[in-house]
Amino acid sequence: MSAVGVEADAAFLQSIRAIATDVAAQHADDVDRDARFPAETIAALREARALSALIPADLGGGGVSFEAIAAGCFELGRRCGASAMVFAMHQIQIASIDRHRGDSAWFAVYLREVARDQRLIASATSEVGTGGDMGRSVATVTPDGDGTCTFEKQAPTISYGVHADDLFTTVRRAPDAEAGDQVVVLTRKEQMTMEPKGSWDPLGMRGTCSPGAVVSARFPAEQVLPAPFALVSSVSMTPVSHILWSHLWLGIATDAFDRARAFVRAAAKQKPGETPASAVRLSHLMSELSLLRAEVSSALAQYVAELAHEDGESLQTMASALRYNNLKIATSEQAPRVCQGALGVCGIMGFKNDTPFSVGRHLRDTLSACLMVANERIHQTNARLLLIAKDV
Amino acid sequence: MAHVTPDIRQVLADHARLSVDAATLDERADLYQAGMTSHASVNVMLAVEDAFDIEFPDSMLKRGVFESIAAIEDAVRTIREGAAA
Repeated sequence: MSAVGVEADAAFLQSIRAIATDVAAQHADDVDRDARFPAETIAALREARALSALIPADLGGGGVSFEAIAAGCFELGRRCGASAMVFAMHQIQIASIDRHRGDSAWFAVYLREVARDQRLIASATSEVGTGGDMGRSVATVTPDGDGTCTFEKQAPTISYGVHADDLFTTVRRAPDAEAGDQVVVLTRKEQMTMEPKGSWDPLGMRGTCSPGAVVSARFPAEQVLPAPFALVSSVSMTPVSHILWSHLWLGIATDAFDRARAFVRAAAKQKPGETPASAVRLSHLMSELSLLRAEVSSALAQYVAELAHEDGESLQTMASALRYNNLKIATSEQAPRVCQGALGVCGIMGFKNDTPFSVGRHLRDTLSACLMVANERIHQTNARLLLIAKDV
Repeated sequence: MAHVTPDIRQVLADHARLSVDAATLDERADLYQAGMTSHASVNVMLAVEDAFDIEFPDSMLKRGVFESIAAIEDAVRTIREGAAA
């Protein structure tokens, strides 16, 4: 990486760490208790121009590396899981748009606007009636004949939809297209109506504010991303999602471990000269955490290497799909395991919600991981791919 | 080398679950747009390996290699020529 790139990454991470500690951590309990949007964190991220950090510098963005964005998700995750998830999801849309916009003039101008106005992008990729399969759509782009198009989509969840400026939505390419023949559309708030469906009072990740909605949109045809969604998904959206999510899950688990360690140190200070029984549990927990960390960092390194080689050609293979699916399954199971282990170390002091050793929010937030694209569905996909893939 | 298209059409008829007739489909037509799901595409890959007694390496196991009759034909030919060389 160039010296300029290294500098941009360091400055970005310094500001993210400051926001995580000074803003996200201060409001995390309140965001969780009230299941409210982490508005203060997102405002601070806007102020720091972090919403355009991944956009290339020649389009007005920060030009930071993907590794730095992943590290940012980790840092935010340590202080507020919901803030980290909103940040991660926004960056997934940015990565997908930037990689697959081709020579679309509209999307180049749009990324400049994101950088200038720090627009926040949400996504509507799941749909009622597809059984949780993101690779199929019911909703379709319908051309109006005068260059404008419409769609209507029933989304079972849209994270921070009402708080976002724009929406990234998967739909079928045309009314006569098959369910798997999908494209992605970027629409602005003023081009859509969003009719909320259902309530939002979940176990964890409460600040992501993800109830369902029926979205209706009218937009010019140029707001359809040029690349087919199948390509966007395999090269960008799926691996980037799994990598950024796993980084923030690691962040949450790391904070749970840190709280457990603080608890053990406090116990050791009370009886100098003795190793507390909880220290042995902490040692067990450290090995669980290191497994999680190893899987997260090796997947990131592999993705960056694959992207740099032949324009990410290998990311389209089934072996690659298996790799990043496995990252998601493994880390979504390991993160809550670490948080539960931390609870075992801290005991009642971890179980109570108002001590320095509380890990209830960490455990509840990481329990969402196995549901964000249900692990069983991913296992079904993997089972099919394993029939034909060779070296996995 | 024998022309491989008729066998590929048969494999597609048996496994691709197309919404059109595989026997008359244009060899450049997009199979996914013709209704082949990613689920069905795995069955097509397995059946092509079986029909031609070949194994696709991981680098060829991707969407684009199986997107049309012509593309599958190219892939089969590439592997056979590799084996003969």
